[in-house]
Amino acid sequence: MAGLEDLYREIILDHYRSPRNRGELPSPPAHRVEGFNPLCGDEIVVSLQVEGDVLTDIKIGGSGCSISQSSASLMSAAVKGKPVEEVRELIGTFKAMMSIHEATLPRDSDGDEVDPSLDATPVDVDALGELAALQGVVKFPVRIKCATLSWNTLAQGLDEVGAG
Amino acid sequence: MSSPPAATTLDVATVRKEFALLTGERDGHPVTYLDSAASSQRPARVLDAMRSYEETTHANVHRGVYRVAEEATRRFEAARVAAGRFVGAPVPDREVVFTKNATEGINLVAHTWGKRNLGRGDAVVLTEMEHHANVVPWLMLAEERGLELRWIPVDDDGLLVLDDLDRLVDGAKLVGVTAMSNVLGTLNPLAEISAVAHAAGAVVVADGAQSVPHVPTDVTALGCDFLAFSAHKMLGPTGIGVLWGREELLADLPPFLGGGEMILDVRKDGFTPNDIPWRFEAGTPPIVEAIGLHAAVDYLDELGMAAVRAHEIDLTAYALGVLSDRFGDELTIHGPADAVRRGGVISFTHRDIHPHDLSQVLDQYGVCIRAGHHCAKPLMRRLGVTATARASFGPYNDHADVDRLADALAEAARFFA
Repeated sequence: MAGLEDLYREIILDHYRSPRNRGELPSPPAHRVEGFNPLCGDEIVVSLQVEGDVLTDIKIGGSGCSISQSSASLMSAAVKGKPVEEVRELIGTFKAMMSIHEATLPRDSDGDEVDPSLDATPVDVDALGELAALQGVVKFPVRIKCATLSWNTLAQGLDEVGAG
Repeated sequence: MSSPPAATTLDVATVRKEFALLTGERDGHPVTYLDSAASSQRPARVLDAMRSYEETTHANVHRGVYRVAEEATRRFEAARVAAGRFVGAPVPDREVVFTKNATEGINLVAHTWGKRNLGRGDAVVLTEMEHHANVVPWLMLAEERGLELRWIPVDDDGLLVLDDLDRLVDGAKLVGVTAMSNVLGTLNPLAEISAVAHAAGAVVVADGAQSVPHVPTDVTALGCDFLAFSAHKMLGPTGIGVLWGREELLADLPPFLGGGEMILDVRKDGFTPNDIPWRFEAGTPPIVEAIGLHAAVDYLDELGMAAVRAHEIDLTAYALGVLSDRFGDELTIHGPADAVRRGGVISFTHRDIHPHDLSQVLDQYGVCIRAGHHCAKPLMRRLGVTATARASFGPYNDHADVDRLADALAEAARFFA
């Protein structure tokens, strides 16, 4: 059985207790997007500011469990100030880390497709830095949605502003 | 808090022996199953009855003229009567419709009674504590027909606010109300609500999914017109539920789904629907599931629903006491403070720990509770939370289960401190 320490790594608890980039940006000019986890009712609000090709600012609002909140906090720290193209790559890498195991599970209630080709792609966990702490979540399949909620919401926001 | 009955006549230690999952261990911990409001466990005698039927009696029902098929039909219809008697149906052989679950039962009412009787501007009254099963079918019909939805509010103690009921039901055609909240455990005064609704000319659809497994039920005393419940929450199998409906109302309704079984005659230019209750049961029904439901209600009758209820009041009062003694302000317990006013369902939120995280840590100690919105999002918004943790009891739970819940909660608090 996977132990709690696999899930609740110290860095995750740190980001849960002291979330980074907490709050909302004035919208407009920032873009505001909401994400929901239908399983547990968690809600997340991502405010993003894209200037040119760069995600210049990001804030996280809403409420949720330690996994969804820490994942959002870690994400915000990792993407703030980065070129949109790099942000999209990071979203892809992070979701691949989660998807490898997700692919073996029944499809989730929101019908997310899992790209089978991801199975064959080795994930460059080193490129994820601190985010690799969330790797243990895949051992707790029902929590994967918690970890990916903020990332899916950010991706949706980037699509909506037509960035990158 | 009023004091619970001094003794329970339920012999829980004997009951527990019937439930294999509860007598085993997982990762060195006994299985502390506190999620019966989501689905109960099934006793050996239910599983045995289903297996024995499959091995000795199975054939399709209402079709064959050979003896095996006749016996299958007799057993299936006997299950219908048993399920009806269990809730005090005056005419059990005609008033009990087998459905997939309580949700389908309520949808059946919306699709048959609703489509025949509800049109633009007609009012449907619901409560803020309804499960989505008694909300979404009416929202769907409202979207299609332009209905007006009105809501009976919930107060801070988790009770329905009925002061204004006369005005709310005035001119309404239908009132949908849960007999017992799946989140707060609140037992609602169905008889009082039904009387006011009927005086206003409205029919009453009661959601009995939580109450029927735990509280002695008599549809005549409740005064409702329809009552829906699910076998899998009352020690029976998944895949079968019951919609009880007043005979004169059912007799007047159009069919639900179309197909075999629900017809008397089919021509190229039309069909003649079957008599009730088969009119609402298109296709081969859940036969072995009906056999399982029959065994489950026989078992509950043997235990005695009054004893089941007394046991649950005792257990709920004990749990409310233990949780508030050990955790004080750290835990917010939602719903009525008095165990007599609620069924064996306790929703709570921890000051510092999200329900999802609580449930995850509890699982490490073999304690199974539910975390989430419990398919009652309007109520979650009323409570001002996105999710709660919920422990719920069955006749197999005892004080030791509550103690293990409290011990595991203490571990969770330590872990996240």
